[in-house]
Amino acid sequence: MASVILNNLKKTYPNGFQAVHGADFTIRDGEFIVLVGPSGCGKSTLLRMIAGLEDISEGTLSIDGQVVNTIDPADRDIAMVFQNYALYPHMSVAKNMAYGLKNRKISKAEIEKLVARAAQVLNLTEMLDRKPSQLSGGQRQRVAMGRAIVRNPKLFLFDEPLSNLDAKLRGQMRIEIRRLQRELGVTSVYVTHDQVEAMTMADRIVVLNGGRIEQIGTPAEIYHRPASTFVASFMGAPPMNLLAATAAENGAVSLGQDIQVAAGADLAAGRKVTFGLRPEDVALVAEGGIPFDVQIVEELGANRLLHGQVAAQPFTVSVPKDNPATTGRNQLLVRPETVHLFADGVGARI
Amino acid sequence: MKRAGFANPWLPILLLVPQLTIIAVFFYWPAAHAIQSSFFLQDPFGFGSTFVGLENYADLLGNKEYLKVAGFTVVFTLLVTFLSLGLALLLAVKADNVIRGAKTYRTLLMWVYAVAPPVAGFIGILMFDQSTGPLTAFFQSLGWDFKLGVVYSDTAFAMVTVSVWKQVPVNFIFFLSGLHSIPVAVREAALIDNRSASGRFWDVTFPLLAPTGFFLLITNITYALFDTFGVIDTLVKGEPGNNPMNLVYKVYVDGFRGNDLGGSSAQSVILMVLVLALTVFQFRLVERRIHYT
Ligand SMILES: Nc1ncnc2c1ncn2[C@@H]1O[C@H](COP(=O)(O)OP(=O)(O)OP(=O)(O)O)[C@@H](O)[C@H]1O
Ligand SMILES: [Mg+2]
Repeated sequence: MASVILNNLKKTYPNGFQAVHGADFTIRDGEFIVLVGPSGCGKSTLLRMIAGLEDISEGTLSIDGQVVNTIDPADRDIAMVFQNYALYPHMSVAKNMAYGLKNRKISKAEIEKLVARAAQVLNLTEMLDRKPSQLSGGQRQRVAMGRAIVRNPKLFLFDEPLSNLDAKLRGQMRIEIRRLQRELGVTSVYVTHDQVEAMTMADRIVVLNGGRIEQIGTPAEIYHRPASTFVASFMGAPPMNLLAATAAENGAVSLGQDIQVAAGADLAAGRKVTFGLRPEDVALVAEGGIPFDVQIVEELGANRLLHGQVAAQPFTVSVPKDNPATTGRNQLLVRPETVHLFADGVGARI
Repeated sequence: MKRAGFANPWLPILLLVPQLTIIAVFFYWPAAHAIQSSFFLQDPFGFGSTFVGLENYADLLGNKEYLKVAGFTVVFTLLVTFLSLGLALLLAVKADNVIRGAKTYRTLLMWVYAVAPPVAGFIGILMFDQSTGPLTAFFQSLGWDFKLGVVYSDTAFAMVTVSVWKQVPVNFIFFLSGLHSIPVAVREAALIDNRSASGRFWDVTFPLLAPTGFFLLITNITYALFDTFGVIDTLVKGEPGNNPMNLVYKVYVDGFRGNDLGGSSAQSVILMVLVLALTVFQFRLVERRIHYT
């Protein structure tokens, strides 16, 4: 258990490509941090720098108050769960879990006890003698988890550990990992590109884009106050609607020639902005709303997605399952407090 | 998957004929011939032969000279195999460490190694040349009166050295590619689990190289037994005398120099049985056990 301080960490690969442009944040003791972002945004690079598998080009990294920039991975007291599990194919499940302990001069009896306990927690007791090739994907995933928890390290690092599992198992393991982490209280950094995983598991989310941190915040903060259009469109499914708009009088914005929406904004009239609205934050009304031309209705079971256009720009609305929904002209009611406004161009929140 | 088929059942047979012909003419026919003549005593001038049953085999097993050659073959094969494998593995691991990432360097190195074997064998022999060989001169400067082709142990030393020298590059390439086939993440997991580089090597890298290693073990034994013929022939310059030789070379010496076709056929049959045993060993034990996926 430890806090981790990333002080302006940068990574430039030998080929000159800069994958991380200054990561600067503190992970508190026992916290579950999720690094999320699209493919290639530098999540793995950042995680691997924390693990010591990738050199740090600039900045300092401290774990538990100690600068670890030049310390070997084995001496950082971390455990990592890899995307494809990286189990030792020639060792049994028990040996896979015991290997890290054996090299840390722990007695045989103690190792056996620890492995047995981890196996029990993860439901692997029956499989201790099997080789990884004799396990299903989900079981391998659990062995990889076991290899991490059995060591009781200062820090857990996860690199997309669930991405090779089917949707149902992924849902279960999500809960399982979070439960284990709470119980053990080990500080964790978890990389994913799945925003549902990020929202459901994180104490705090770090949203990365192109090697830069877009926002750090709790899932609620990220959802309710996205710092940029990037965060707004990346977090949330379906993504937030973003429309080009112009500030008008009295805190309203105009979306088109004759569509004005009260947005509670205090902006100079005529300023170009991006108008954001989550699909689930709007309601259909019989009249008095803004016009919404629905082209496609998508049935999702618990709710319906209506895809269409507002002011000639693509727009999606999510309505509960028992609301009637039809294609054609509908009316939308927008509540000012649900409107997000972003600066035109850079996309920063206003 | 879609299975391709032939409309005409004779076509596949027709396509196989060249291959089968080659095998029959150059392998089965001589092999059958060898087995047959191993039961006969040939007239040295080729005028006739007498059926002698297993006498050729009995003669061999009671022959001191043959047993001595067999003993040398065992020692020679073990030395060549383990030295070639050991050196190549050491070089591959070192190269792999140095070269991580530096692609051009690796390609260049591989290239040299890939070109080397036949040339290397020739250079190795030149090095030991009695009058001009730098190694011979070097040994003599150290006070070792190195006499290739005269002193039994000196000749044996040169044979082993040149044979190893010639085989190391091939093994190196296999080991290097074997190292590259170990998933990077597995090595990284080991990096987190074990701080000692040699510990990681013996616990993770080495066992995962086992499929490559066992394949090479078999090919190297085969190499040391059979393919070193050229090296031995060049070193003893066709003058067997008191020089060390292995079983294959003795087949040639007895059969073509001594004109004892029956005895030399019996020797080849024994070697064939040896190859058969090696092959069975490879398929039965090794191929089945050493795969993890
Ligand atoms: N060894 C390397 N040399 C050069 N560039 C690299 C190297 N490894 C990664 N990159 C680049 O750095 C960027 C970040 O890579 P990284 O693996 O951290 O992405 P990621 O966010 O984990 O993506 P994904 O979700 O696809 O795993 C990518 O653009 C990638 O091409
Ligand atoms: Mg990644």
